[in-house]
Amino acid sequence: MRLLTHNMLSSNIKGVTNGFPLRIEVEKVVEKQVEINHDFLRNIFPKIDWKAFSDASRIMGYNELPEEPPEPSVLESDVEFLGKFHHALLELHLEEGALLCPETGRKFPVSKGIPNMLLLEDEV
Amino acid sequence: MKLKQLESLLGDLQQFSNPKVELEQYPTGPHIASRLLYTAENSFDDISNKVVADFGCGCGTLGAAASLLGAEQVIGIDIDSQSLELASMNAEDLELDIDFIQCDIGNLGWRGQIVDTVVMNPPFGTRKKGIDMDFLFVALKVASRAVYSLHKTSTRDYIRRAALRDLNASSAELLCELRFDVPQLYKFHKKKEVDIAVDLWRFVPKCSRGR
Repeated sequence: MRLLTHNMLSSNIKGVTNGFPLRIEVEKVVEKQVEINHDFLRNIFPKIDWKAFSDASRIMGYNELPEEPPEPSVLESDVEFLGKFHHALLELHLEEGALLCPETGRKFPVSKGIPNMLLLEDEV
Repeated sequence: MKLKQLESLLGDLQQFSNPKVELEQYPTGPHIASRLLYTAENSFDDISNKVVADFGCGCGTLGAAASLLGAEQVIGIDIDSQSLELASMNAEDLELDIDFIQCDIGNLGWRGQIVDTVVMNPPFGTRKKGIDMDFLFVALKVASRAVYSLHKTSTRDYIRRAALRDLNASSAELLCELRFDVPQLYKFHKKKEVDIAVDLWRFVPKCSRGR
């Protein structure tokens, strides 16, 4: 599971008011290189919740992202930054571990890169 | 990539070995899958460089097709772990980079509209009534550009009405009618093969930035 996907997932347990972002528990991170697409990064940047994303990247072991979101103009010119953004968003995979509901602490296991978000009967 | 090439690659994917009746598991054949994604990309520019989600991905055919046609990121969602294992294997065989999530579409917790396009061949609702509409409801909340979905032709008027009136669609376009081959997968199937008339729809959610 990439951080792009993590940036969209939230806990939908009954009674939870804000299930985003899910906390990450890392057991195994895998890096897989993919070709960079600058236009894609520029388009997706405004839709990303930056705080959740940069916090998550640090938990995954990558410390190159700033805590505060950069000005959009940085994405126009700063190729080095684009490289870091790309790497954290698309090349880091949580292979084994868990995602935790921020309110209840309930663990959703991640195995072979696939998070299991199935809810129990009393959580629906 | 040419249509024939896409269809051929999808034809090599592994299908369900033990399909589950209660989940209405049928593979989306390469013929339909290739045409659905080819149209989405060439007529509407909804696939390449976009984030695409495959709801009820099953063995991953639609998601794989999206990836082959240049989707920047594909996410496959299914409730069944065996399907997801199969879909993962299929993605690996084609060297595609697809994220998978195991979850019940009705309980999907999702933030924002990062996903551009949803492609899906949802269960028709023969086992669990209304599930096709549940899928459509969630898809129209998640997608920011378009939703491509297959529904039985017999539900055509109902789908159009419900999508526009209740499910937040600003438009519902019937792209074409297809024949869906359902081979004799289950013991209760009496015929060797049955053709079901199926509509391919393109829905545009309200407040979208797409066409």
